[in-house]
Amino acid sequence: MYKYDQYDRAMVQARVEEFRDQARRRIEGKLTDDQFKPLRLKNGLYLQLHAYMLRVAIPYGTFNGAQMRKLAHIARVYDRGYGHFTTRQNIQYNWIKLEEAADLLGELADVEMHAIQTSGESIRNVSADQYAGAAADEILDPRPWAEMIRQMTNFMPEFSYLPRKFKIAVIASPIDRAALRWHDFALRIVKNDAGEIGFEVYAGGGMGRTPFIAYKIREFLPTGQILSYMQAVLRTWNRNARRDNIHKQRMKILVHELGEDEFRRQVEEEFQHFLTLHQDFPQAEYDRIAAYFAPPAFETGLSEEIDRSDPDFALWVDRQTVAHKAPGYAIVNISLKPIGQIPGDISADQMDLVADLAERYSFDDIRATHAQNLVLPHVRKQDLHAVWTALHEAGLGEANLDLVTDIIACPGLDYCSLANARSIPVAQKISERFADPARQQDVGELKIKISGCINACGHHHAGNIGILGVDRKGTESYQLLLGGSGDEVTTQAKITGPGFDEAGVVDALERAVERYREIREPGEKFIDTYRRVGMDGFKEAIYG
Amino acid sequence: MKILTGNDLKNGRVIWWDGQGWSFHVEDAVDVGDQGETILKQEDAACRVNGGYALDAELDAQGKPRPAHIKDRVRAYGPTVRPDLTLKPADPNAGTWVI
Repeated sequence: MYKYDQYDRAMVQARVEEFRDQARRRIEGKLTDDQFKPLRLKNGLYLQLHAYMLRVAIPYGTFNGAQMRKLAHIARVYDRGYGHFTTRQNIQYNWIKLEEAADLLGELADVEMHAIQTSGESIRNVSADQYAGAAADEILDPRPWAEMIRQMTNFMPEFSYLPRKFKIAVIASPIDRAALRWHDFALRIVKNDAGEIGFEVYAGGGMGRTPFIAYKIREFLPTGQILSYMQAVLRTWNRNARRDNIHKQRMKILVHELGEDEFRRQVEEEFQHFLTLHQDFPQAEYDRIAAYFAPPAFETGLSEEIDRSDPDFALWVDRQTVAHKAPGYAIVNISLKPIGQIPGDISADQMDLVADLAERYSFDDIRATHAQNLVLPHVRKQDLHAVWTALHEAGLGEANLDLVTDIIACPGLDYCSLANARSIPVAQKISERFADPARQQDVGELKIKISGCINACGHHHAGNIGILGVDRKGTESYQLLLGGSGDEVTTQAKITGPGFDEAGVVDALERAVERYREIREPGEKFIDTYRRVGMDGFKEAIYG
Repeated sequence: MKILTGNDLKNGRVIWWDGQGWSFHVEDAVDVGDQGETILKQEDAACRVNGGYALDAELDAQGKPRPAHIKDRVRAYGPTVRPDLTLKPADPNAGTWVI
């Protein structure tokens, strides 16, 4: 993984000291709340319902054991013993004290982490395929490009005061595990007919109150021109954005107001200008960065055999492990969705355990996923039983990847000051309702995503079944949505009809699932059945 | 009744105006009538509150203030999904006060 050089270290440490001074001045009353708010947000510090909340960046979801152990330490010393993995491959803490925040950031800097650009009108944490560098189906590791984009967009003046936040994803596989087209700007690394590596480019996606699926705005961009092209996209947006209306400032609004063709035309015009400036990375710089992501020293001659005599272990292997590109290895998914628990939450002790397992069994490599789970990307198949045993004993051995209980949920009204309704209790009730492993397996892949408000941090627009919490005259109400996805066939979920109360929405969801079981054809996942029969095929079952 | 809330500037904890200062317990909140803005202005200037605001509340069966909106009741109680982290971890019925 990438290691800080002297410039990175100096910049992050300077930022810590700058924030220490800003926080001190706020506490002493030399800065007003209005003056301080944008400064703390630039360092990932929010004020939520119960306390300050800090969101820590995990660039493209990649981190190591020492970093995870530091996150555990922070949970114990600065928070209340746990953290929460988010849908942007970050982690956040809910009980931070302003008077301790700079010390916390200093501790993060010690392990090459920070919270810069995890909030505010900036380019947020660049996300990537959580299986990068391990996936059997990838063209190459997308993380060097994600890291280069991170470097060119952190602190860049032109990108420091954007109209709104800006989210980027990079993948290199035909299978989309990063919800590419739900991003403002997204890259898929592809190979053209001549065998050259380049980017398929998407722009204008995003969730929130006005969801849009990104257009493909370029079939093939030579990798060496990415800086020029990104600058062209951002400048086109920056120049035309509706800064007069907060609800229309995201780039997705501009792209869809201008139209795909006109947006592309303007970007291409800017792009030709930027190419003349010769600012793009030289190959040597790519090579330098890519060296940090060189594959680990995989052993050869390893056995592919797995002892499946323990049925619980066999079930976990089938559900939680994925094909690795190196023979004898597997990608291990760690569920942060134990039955009835809070999606994405992890205790400090569990963090320490994952750090230990990563160091011992996975070349000191951990990934956070946008679905609020973790990954050990490089585990020898012969070590899977030991890994499962340790996870199982720590309450992390659930075998539910992509199943009905593997629910994405935002913090909702239990923590978030923007939320209108609680998300987590709904997720917990669904999880408990479908707790039976046999039932989950029978239902098969079904991605449920729950948001507590229209900002859609819980990705309800992309849920095979989505749930949106709304405020109905001071009480919580929930809309049910069907048909969304964030995969290669990205679709936006549609509202089924009138909303429900908390218990009602769980019942309605169960009726939709049972309807699917009745009408599915062999091999069909829930989303396949929905696409075949449409909303009408479910509506009567849901509403009777 | 109108009561005042905000967050402690230094540690971020939820606080309620009790007539003399700030309390962590909503039960201590007092009706400020039309004085909310004045109190908040002076408390903000003295750096004793962050993000303060006035809200509607009513007296519950015990005669204690209960915020009108669920969001403020969640603030007063803590996360309903982690009763161990609330102000009343030993009270199994405390969560029902929120809903």
